[in-house]
Amino acid sequence: MRQDHLITATQLSRADIEAVLDRAAEIDADPAAMADRYREAVLALCFFEPSTRTKMSFETAIKRLGGATTDMGTVESSSVKKGESLADTVRVVEGYADALVLRHPSEGAAKMAAEFVDVPVINAGDGAGHHPSQTLLDLYTIRENVGLDDLSIGIMGDLKYGRTVHSLADALTNFDARQHFISPESLQLPRSVRFDLHNAGAQLREHTDLDDVLPELDVLYVTRIQRERFPDETEYEQIAGEYQIDADTLEAASDDLAVMHPLPRVDEIDPGVDALPQATYFEQAHNGVPVRMALLDFLLSEGEL
Amino acid sequence: MSDHELHVAKIRDGTVIDHVTGGQALNVLSILGIDGSEGLGVSVGMNVPSDRLGKKDVVKVEDRELSQSEVDVISLIAPEATINIIRDYDVAEKNRVDRPDSVVGLLSCPNRNCITTGSNEPVETKFSVVDEGVRCTYCGTIIRDSLADHIDPE
Repeated sequence: MRQDHLITATQLSRADIEAVLDRAAEIDADPAAMADRYREAVLALCFFEPSTRTKMSFETAIKRLGGATTDMGTVESSSVKKGESLADTVRVVEGYADALVLRHPSEGAAKMAAEFVDVPVINAGDGAGHHPSQTLLDLYTIRENVGLDDLSIGIMGDLKYGRTVHSLADALTNFDARQHFISPESLQLPRSVRFDLHNAGAQLREHTDLDDVLPELDVLYVTRIQRERFPDETEYEQIAGEYQIDADTLEAASDDLAVMHPLPRVDEIDPGVDALPQATYFEQAHNGVPVRMALLDFLLSEGEL
Repeated sequence: MSDHELHVAKIRDGTVIDHVTGGQALNVLSILGIDGSEGLGVSVGMNVPSDRLGKKDVVKVEDRELSQSEVDVISLIAPEATINIIRDYDVAEKNRVDRPDSVVGLLSCPNRNCITTGSNEPVETKFSVVDEGVRCTYCGTIIRDSLADHIDPE
């Protein structure tokens, strides 16, 4: 299937996903083989919101492919501050680069941007919408650790606004995955994501209590519950506290459980978990480089995914 | 329908939109972008008795023949509507409305954080028509009920 851009995970078939993950595994095994492949390539980084992992791993990915970046910098230092539209910004930037990585606070921003430019656009997060390149590295991490079929995964935290959750849930419908969604009622999956999951025939169950499902999980994907989602501090403290895990929590889990997190974490995973064999989140973050190298390889070499 | 039930005169040329869901006539006009400022003769009958619908609305627009793509959007709020093209007092064409695949530039997205709302982007709203209602093609937000509340007055 031809894909000029990567906007949402719903556009990805199982074959698309496996092609990227297979390429990532090849790159992981021999990164030097790709070192000069994109010597002339320039990747534009347009981040209208803060980012550490996504931005730096894309930057490292293109550099390891032999290319370079051009960076819009922060919103404060760019023409956006002068009131420039996103449509204008991306039309200017496409003249400077072979592909464009976009993070923006509004849902649908990447979809719109892709309509205005001819170079590939990669959605690196659009508000509470989607974050499909994160999903590819999540799937790579799951495949490396526990496999993607006959998978039982718990996705916990802010399921309403969590864009990594939305993209991961969409992509997992391509696999034999039982998806358990664990959250306070006020942060359950939004209607639009349910619609896609339902249409894709997803196997999903919803829980408010991790204990109900923890022992049967192969993967526990934890996300951050943000303070600003709650009207008052007391309610936030109370609810967020119920969705934090520590070493004691994991005593009820399988020894083979992979605990994942898109990071950054605040206090939803206690640092005491870091030393346990189940802790997989730093490996997950590191996988961002080979997976994004693979993604760029598809989009830059063939102009498609 | 008989004339004494409708209380609205026949038109010579134009379009009669009949069997509109009772109470939706003004929303039909909004969808068509007709607010009177165009100078077209417009007659509206609301909550007229109907054998088929119980109560129905009727909208008559003089001197304008509406295209199928214009009227199909009406199906979203008045699925039973019929469109009669009138020429020289006679019904020249009679059509039902079909559900369109998409609705462009008509509805505003209720998601305030959607790229199409509250920004200065040069982009029209676009909704795909799905079983449950309509869905913003940009942010994915689904509007299920009260579609007419989301008609963009622009």
